[in-house]
Amino acid sequence: MQHILLALLIGGAFGFVLDRIGATNPGYIIKMLNLSNLHLMKTILAGIGIASVLTFGGLMTGLVDPGHLSVKTAYIGVFIGGLLLGTGFAVAGYCPGTGLTAAATGRWDGLVFVIGGLLGAAAYMGSYAWVKTTGVLDHIAGGKATLGTIAGTKYPALLEGVPGEAIGLVLGVAFIVIAVLLPASLKSSGVAEPAE
Amino acid sequence: MPLNWKTGGLALGIVFFAAVLLIKPIGVSTQFVILDGILWDAASPDVVVQSETAKSGYESPNAYLNKSGGKYAKNVANPLNYSFVFVIAMMLGAGLSAALRGGVPASERNMPEIWRANFGNSVAKRYIAAFIAGFLVLYGARLAGGCTSGHMMSGMMQTAVSGYIFAAGAFLAGIPIALFLFRKEA
Repeated sequence: MQHILLALLIGGAFGFVLDRIGATNPGYIIKMLNLSNLHLMKTILAGIGIASVLTFGGLMTGLVDPGHLSVKTAYIGVFIGGLLLGTGFAVAGYCPGTGLTAAATGRWDGLVFVIGGLLGAAAYMGSYAWVKTTGVLDHIAGGKATLGTIAGTKYPALLEGVPGEAIGLVLGVAFIVIAVLLPASLKSSGVAEPAE
Repeated sequence: MPLNWKTGGLALGIVFFAAVLLIKPIGVSTQFVILDGILWDAASPDVVVQSETAKSGYESPNAYLNKSGGKYAKNVANPLNYSFVFVIAMMLGAGLSAALRGGVPASERNMPEIWRANFGNSVAKRYIAAFIAGFLVLYGARLAGGCTSGHMMSGMMQTAVSGYIFAAGAFLAGIPIALFLFRKEA
């Protein structure tokens, strides 16, 4: 029951924030990807950076339970899947989370995207056994690997012996710095809205 | 008008951190499979069955639902679990936020302005594109094992190697395609 309350609380906050940063508007996603308005990119980079600094700071001080981390496996299919997702992301201006939340805000094309998504997920369920035989799901780069070694976890490190917490803090700060330095638009002709 | 990126980024970062602090990293795309499974199981009840041998207590003749000891099969059988409720709550949160800011304008409900500027007013054209894009995005996300939330944001904030591989793929495809398709400004 406590888990369900947390799901309602964190899920609700996540959806609320996605809408407030403009991520439920496919126009902002498309303008981020065609580089004409990087406002959303700055927001996302800052978000990753802040979450990273808080998480690794929390791990170092003992506030965060290392058992709460969940690192996904690396395999060639992650890259291929990223390419497929990026293609649809650019065409529609939606990803799974923003498609669902956009539909919830009353965007009909978001709902159509979600229906296509349910079919795409079903197609993957149907083809999974075959995909597995192709070898694209075979682990690479250590499988569930992190960049450095994170205490209290069993994840293999790409840079063995380097403390993962320090890497997490440094990269977190780096993401924030990139968010600050990134211009509001990379297109000279672009009439982007001001960053703030 | 969205929040400025500093406030928005802080809010987004706090939510992703809170998820890890309190329970586990945020992810969304798996729940498309769970909803498919629920619908499929409603149509043909032998898609998910209880099992004494499976680690989760449930198994499925579908190899994907059955993988990792039937953990997806279990969630199909018990939709009132954290991850599924999370996604429903996410939709409620977004709906609430939109309602409080006065809703999405009628002119935006079928397509964004930048689509109209490049591809015209046809609703059918936009829906067909959105449908195919949805198919590609979710097929890709399931192949990758996560989406923009789970791989890109949750992954990179944990310094997961897979998160960087995913982000590289998504932007290597997304940026050139968006540059090619959307040349006219809204």
